[in-house]
Amino acid sequence: MIWYIGRRLLQMIPVFLGATLLIYVMAFYAGGDPIQAIMGDKPLSPAVQDQLRSQYNLDKPLIVQWLIYVGKVVRGDFGVGFNGRPIFEQIRDAFPVTFRLAIIAVVFETILGIVAGVISGLKKGTWIDTTLLMVSLLVIAVPTFVIGFVAQFTLGVKLGVVPVNVGRDASLQNLLLPGFVLGVVSFAYVLRLTRTSITEVATADHVRTATAKGLSRTGVISKHIMRNSLIPVVTFIGADLGSLMGGAIVTERIFNIHGIGSVLYQAINKSESPVIVSVVTIMVMIFLLTNLIVDLLYAVLDPRIRHAK
Amino acid sequence: MSISRRSMILGTGAAGTAALALSACGGGSDSGDGGSGGGSGDPVYANETEPQNPLIPTNTNEVGGGRIITSVFAGLVYYKADGTVENDVADSIESDDNQTWTIKIKDGQKFSDDSPVTAKSFVDAWNFGANTKNAQLSQSFFEPIEGFDKVSADKATGKETLSGLKVVDDLTFTVKLVSEQSDFPNRLGYSAYSPLPESFYDDTKSFGEKPVSNGPYMVDTWDHDQQIVLVPNDKYDGPRKAKNAGVTFTIYSSDDTMYGDLESGEVDVTDLIPTSALSSYQDTLGDRAVNDPGAVFQSFTIAQNDPNFSGEAGKLRRKAISRAINRKQICDKLFYGTRTPATDFIAPVIPGGGEKDIPGAEVLEFDEAEAKKLWEQAEKKQPFKGEFTLAYNADAPHKDWVDAVCNSIANTLGITAKGKPFPAFGDFREQITKRELKGAFRSGWQADYPSAYNFLGPLYSSAAADGKGSNDGDYKNPEFDDLLKEGLSAADENAAIEKYKAAEAILMEDLPAIPLWYQNTFGGFSENVSDVKYGWDTVPLYYAITK
Repeated sequence: MIWYIGRRLLQMIPVFLGATLLIYVMAFYAGGDPIQAIMGDKPLSPAVQDQLRSQYNLDKPLIVQWLIYVGKVVRGDFGVGFNGRPIFEQIRDAFPVTFRLAIIAVVFETILGIVAGVISGLKKGTWIDTTLLMVSLLVIAVPTFVIGFVAQFTLGVKLGVVPVNVGRDASLQNLLLPGFVLGVVSFAYVLRLTRTSITEVATADHVRTATAKGLSRTGVISKHIMRNSLIPVVTFIGADLGSLMGGAIVTERIFNIHGIGSVLYQAINKSESPVIVSVVTIMVMIFLLTNLIVDLLYAVLDPRIRHAK
Repeated sequence: MSISRRSMILGTGAAGTAALALSACGGGSDSGDGGSGGGSGDPVYANETEPQNPLIPTNTNEVGGGRIITSVFAGLVYYKADGTVENDVADSIESDDNQTWTIKIKDGQKFSDDSPVTAKSFVDAWNFGANTKNAQLSQSFFEPIEGFDKVSADKATGKETLSGLKVVDDLTFTVKLVSEQSDFPNRLGYSAYSPLPESFYDDTKSFGEKPVSNGPYMVDTWDHDQQIVLVPNDKYDGPRKAKNAGVTFTIYSSDDTMYGDLESGEVDVTDLIPTSALSSYQDTLGDRAVNDPGAVFQSFTIAQNDPNFSGEAGKLRRKAISRAINRKQICDKLFYGTRTPATDFIAPVIPGGGEKDIPGAEVLEFDEAEAKKLWEQAEKKQPFKGEFTLAYNADAPHKDWVDAVCNSIANTLGITAKGKPFPAFGDFREQITKRELKGAFRSGWQADYPSAYNFLGPLYSSAAADGKGSNDGDYKNPEFDDLLKEGLSAADENAAIEKYKAAEAILMEDLPAIPLWYQNTFGGFSENVSDVKYGWDTVPLYYAITK
């Protein structure tokens, strides 16, 4: 088990290097000249432009810029942004907020999604099942920003029960609605995934055997159906935590939450490669870690899966 | 400077309003606890975008930082709401020849750390801003001062100083310019000309987070990307004394959220209305909605090196395109009256701007028959190749109006005209700077200081062409340059304006840029505040607001 975890952690090093290089190249070719973005339409003498370019290593070849960047990151120095603030500090301030938001979204999608999915799966073909499926389809079909704006307008502007602008005070309570908006699409996926899984397992031989042995309905569901059918759901939720952190851009903008999504958005606007790369790389790392945790959870859920080979 | 995108409106936030008889009722507040004029102890909440640079006056070139700099620093002069110039720190600014200026400052002025504001505070700050070594974004503002070429050289070490700046005594200094400039005093309210205390040079980094300043407010806290809290500065004793208990700027990443906050009374004063609310905000807010003439001029530029637009045929073609645009319809239908069709090249809040009697100005009127006729004349001389494109940056809300303008041109002239989006502002500017962009590209300008010259010189003079300024189309016309020069050395403002109007008549003929409309000052305020006035530059006069 230890060997397995160690191997997985070692695999992250090439992924980290590859991801940073790839993102560096993309950021470099996507945004145009960052110095132009800094100066706006004001004329800036070539002398000052050169000064700024060398200050941010923009005068060096792309691969050299990347090497300098990676070299510094390995030593724990993420560099300084165009606004003079250390990039590490920018990320450190924004990260907890997005993390809280993503956790709220995951908790919500997990609990509601699994409960609704189990009901749906066990009552397959009834009106409850149909209604839940319809709801989930509707949620998947409507884009997040529509759900976000409608929720904000009705609950915030018209009814005044939640703050319109969460940025001023990103407490757990104020993050509930944005968290709900962020997690609502995943909720629909979890519901459908759970339902499919449950219906498959519910007709399996071992379930019939368990029922025939005279086990109570609840016992059969919790011990024999749920445990087996949750594996794909857990996989999805694990992977989703990573995508939620990256996908929070839209939700964060709607509710004016200053999280990692808005840092990324602004950095892209300013073609600020070091910030973009730092944020995305951290995302990639989180993604890999959650995947590892999910893989380890398999073993807990299903004794047949063992990593110690 | 252009209105390239929301966060890039490089404007000065300086503005002023007559501190009317309010001082009679209880006097201006002279402390941070509770404003006067019936204000409560609550701060005024205002909209803001995260400043893109540390709060250093010479390094702030966008509106997010400009708002703060203008509120916390006092320059030699300030601008009243109508754009007229009044002394702030200055006692007098005088010159016999419009070239050597003697500036006296008021005695007894202090920075928030109690150090005195002296002539040296200005001279050192300007030298710092002008020196290439310090890579300050507003360096070009010191160009008119003698010796700029030395301090802005590539090899500047930070030690060189502007030879045109001389400290005479504690309260007096002289400025020698490279040429006669009658509007020089008008410039001095721009934030780049603010004074800096001695302590700035010891630690620019922490100064940029929390400046020691001499204006109506000082920075209390700056929570990055969340809010900036300003409290009244009791060391300030000038004409812009704060009439409230402070201003808290909430940083919004989306205009729509900001508008939602305005509707629910969470923000007191805004100078932005999201595109989605343009049609309804005046009904929603009633008499708390603001929509007045503004200081922003929008146009599109056609590069002089575009073969389709060269020579006599090019001139006719530009006129045809200008005549083919139904400006009024776009301003009414698309912008809901928050833009005003242009009749000249200078925004209407500026003295000498928004003039309707410039010779040749009929070229800005929509006239289908005339447009067709001009286009045919041009076709006879030299057929048009390819299609007409209008480039813009897609990271700001330009697509709708660009499409509308292109449709107007296409329908009138029967040619193919379409928008050419660039994903990011940096991309767009890079193409323009490299002079690789053919066809037309959007251009906009918000003056840095209220002066007609500032809408002409930086944009169309030969001196600003070829990458040396904002003349991105590289338009050159000696006759036009001469008229500008005469305007700058004119005896008084009216004489200067006559010269500028004559210069504009040349622009009407040549159309280096095709004027579209002036952007109004639009915004709104909540029920909790009164005395909300907007400056000539569209930014509210925060210090005058009572709550």
